[in-house]
Amino acid sequence: MSANSHVHIPKVGTLVAVWAALIVFTFITAEVATINLGEWNIVVAMLIACTKATLVAWIFMGVRFTSQLTKLFCVAGLVFLSILLLITFSDYSSRSWTHHAQPWATNKALGTSK
Amino acid sequence: MADTIAHPPPHEEEADLHVRHHFATAEQQMDASTLGMWTFLITEVLFFGGMFAAYAVYRQMYPGAFASTSQFMNVKIGAANTAVLICSSLTMAMAVRAAQLSKRGDLIKYLIGTLIFGSAFLVVKAFEYHEKYVEHLIPGPYFNPEHLAPQFLHNAQILFFLYFCLTGMHAVHMIVGVGLLTYLLIQAYRNVFSANFFAPVEMIGLYWHFVDIVWIFLFPLLYLIGRWHW
Amino acid sequence: MATLQTTPPEVKSEPVNYLNVEHGWKSWLFTTDHKRIAMLYVFSITLMFLIGGSFAMLIRLHLTKPEGLFAPETYNRLFTMHGVVMVFFFLVPSIPATIGNFLLPIMIGAKDLAFPRVNLLSWYLYIFGAVFAIYVVARGGVDTGWTFYAPYSTTYSNSYVLSAALGVFVAGFSSILTGLNFIVTVHKMRAPGMSWMRMPLFIWAHYATGLIQILGTPVVAIALVLVGVERVMHVGIFDPRIGGDPILFQHIFWFYSHPAVYIMILPGMGVISEVIACFSRKRPFGYEFIAASSMGIAILGFLVWGHHMFVTGQSVYTGIVFSFLSFFVAVPSAVKVFNWTATMYKGSVTFESPMLYAFAFIGLFTIGGLTGLFLSTMATDVALHGTYFVVAHFHFVMVGGMVVAFLAGLHFWWPKMTGRMYSEAWSKFAALLIFVGFNLTFLPQFVLGYLGMPRRYAAYPPEFQVLNVLSTAGASILGVSLIIPVVYLTWAWKYGPKVGNNPWGAKGLEWEIQSPPTTFNFDETPTVTEEAYNYGGALEEHQVG
Repeated sequence: MSANSHVHIPKVGTLVAVWAALIVFTFITAEVATINLGEWNIVVAMLIACTKATLVAWIFMGVRFTSQLTKLFCVAGLVFLSILLLITFSDYSSRSWTHHAQPWATNKALGTSK
Repeated sequence: MADTIAHPPPHEEEADLHVRHHFATAEQQMDASTLGMWTFLITEVLFFGGMFAAYAVYRQMYPGAFASTSQFMNVKIGAANTAVLICSSLTMAMAVRAAQLSKRGDLIKYLIGTLIFGSAFLVVKAFEYHEKYVEHLIPGPYFNPEHLAPQFLHNAQILFFLYFCLTGMHAVHMIVGVGLLTYLLIQAYRNVFSANFFAPVEMIGLYWHFVDIVWIFLFPLLYLIGRWHW
Repeated sequence: MATLQTTPPEVKSEPVNYLNVEHGWKSWLFTTDHKRIAMLYVFSITLMFLIGGSFAMLIRLHLTKPEGLFAPETYNRLFTMHGVVMVFFFLVPSIPATIGNFLLPIMIGAKDLAFPRVNLLSWYLYIFGAVFAIYVVARGGVDTGWTFYAPYSTTYSNSYVLSAALGVFVAGFSSILTGLNFIVTVHKMRAPGMSWMRMPLFIWAHYATGLIQILGTPVVAIALVLVGVERVMHVGIFDPRIGGDPILFQHIFWFYSHPAVYIMILPGMGVISEVIACFSRKRPFGYEFIAASSMGIAILGFLVWGHHMFVTGQSVYTGIVFSFLSFFVAVPSAVKVFNWTATMYKGSVTFESPMLYAFAFIGLFTIGGLTGLFLSTMATDVALHGTYFVVAHFHFVMVGGMVVAFLAGLHFWWPKMTGRMYSEAWSKFAALLIFVGFNLTFLPQFVLGYLGMPRRYAAYPPEFQVLNVLSTAGASILGVSLIIPVVYLTWAWKYGPKVGNNPWGAKGLEWEIQSPPTTFNFDETPTVTEEAYNYGGALEEHQVG
């Protein structure tokens, strides 16, 4: 079997459409950041970034045509990154829950600003 | 119509020239290379991920200080650089496509395009770094940004430390990418790639797109934090 | 018991194998043959082990006296260098880079790993990192502890932190590339008929190890980069003066370093599965469970890192979660121990030296594992953290477990790797001496920890001296006894009696090819038609000579 018997070659139109979408999203994220949404600013920014990243991975990197195994590997990497982020974050979030926590162990005392 | 599925070209045995001895078939080699590159990219996800974890923790701890740093970030340049990288991803994808279609001329053209965009990004980055140096934004004893509220003086340094580490590490990856692209360009010029053998182009393409994805996250996280205020 | 015959003295030229196919230093330093690379690693790792072991001897000598032998600053450097060298330059690469590199392709019927040149690069990165480490040793060492905790490592230490961090960083990439190579090889290069459930348990263990290597090591790499940058810039994100949190370093560091201990033990468990199966002449009991437990350990191992941080100021609630999960991660290890024991039940057990090491492993690893439970219980950990109880615990699993497994593997596959058999009398003697020396060294340390003697302290109260002297006596025996295999294995490589394909009568693709193997392992890629460990009911005759 030759190397390219099942190669999927993307159409130029698809690639350019993705490129256009990425540019538009970049513009959107920069503009939305000028509006004060409070805590939601970061949520919106990350949602847009994730969408852009997914477009790059799915189309430019060809994940949509790769094997189940490759897709599993992508997901696995993200899962373990989430473990690092979530559990580390949970430490900092929950430090102040204990009434007996020493002042130096909670967020407020660490910095000089809030 | 859906995307093209290539049919095997007439000269199949050309594929076997590039198959290394421990692989049974060219397909096995391609499969292994693809899985290998994706596995490597996963290590890169965790590599940058460590710094993202640090960023997440400190942004949650010092939202005011982090937001105050936005005034020192040039959003227009950051956005332009983001667009430059997105363009480089397009040209890279077009380069891979050209290799898959045995179009040497197009391949060379798009590789050069990717190189130009990538280099432009790095030049702009260098300019930005210089600006930061001049404006006393490098963390340490000379950290002295103008108009920064005094209560943020300490914690803002954390953001700038992360800024330099994250963008610096990203820049290192870009420089490696530029080197890899140069190698590809030389090989493309020598007509090494064709529909029967384009794995290196595709693999380096995966790497390049990944570095672009990292920047897609860095832009909002570093440049847009408190933009609504400044 | 196996009977061995030496080849007749008038034998003609020996068959071509991976060792004699080419000569000269270039054929070794530019090789891409996974077997040669494995032997390159055997030499380098042994050298680093001897360096790390020398530090151990100096530590134990220092601790014979309550006030110590060396200055406290020197002592800090001794235990740090012992840890750095042993963890990063011996334990982490040990079995995978040597026996794993050698056997993994053969066991699955492949001609080489998926990326042979990357394999060679791994070795060069290891050497590069080791050179940094040796440079640090020569310049007087690092004194931060192998854990490089901030802010001491970033701000206050006067030692060669940057060089040490660089050395570990580079060695880390050696580890990542090895893991990457193994994973892709197992996925893509198995011979026809070699399904996942027909693979030897050794392969499962190395696959699981590879997963940890690629997912965990990059994170410690970043931890070290951040420490390095902070040292250069004199300010950084772990610096409390700008609002940084030293605990964050510990989170990023231990996210890797806890799974790292599973990198260190899983390959050893793979070796033990193979040895016990062979010398019980039985398929491992619960093959599927042993395979699944390797994967379980790899995944669960990523969820428990905070048990190193119970007393640091980490949130109590996060600590509770980590404590519970740490209990949970002990379960797959226990599953293995039960399955190994069940394998031996009603098997035809014989006591060649690899099997002696396997017995020692089961006992010593169990003790090490059980004592880990005391440490994962938050309440008792408050008393035991930072004491010799911890030191004893991890030496039981790392030395009593991993080093013993490494020796078991070396003794089991040495005839395959070199084509020669070593002296069984010497190997049994060394095994016994190692067992005695090890226990005498580390059992007193459990007591010392329980009594409250802190670790990493250069001095201790006089009432602890007796136990410390006992421990040093044990260490002396252990030190000498560990040299003995280096001597007779090396001697056997040159002068030992030659062996045929399968001196132990074991099952597995590696035993069907010649000893030592040819460069491409198989003349033709085998097709696998039977389950692994097809030992059948009775003792089988094995090929000799």
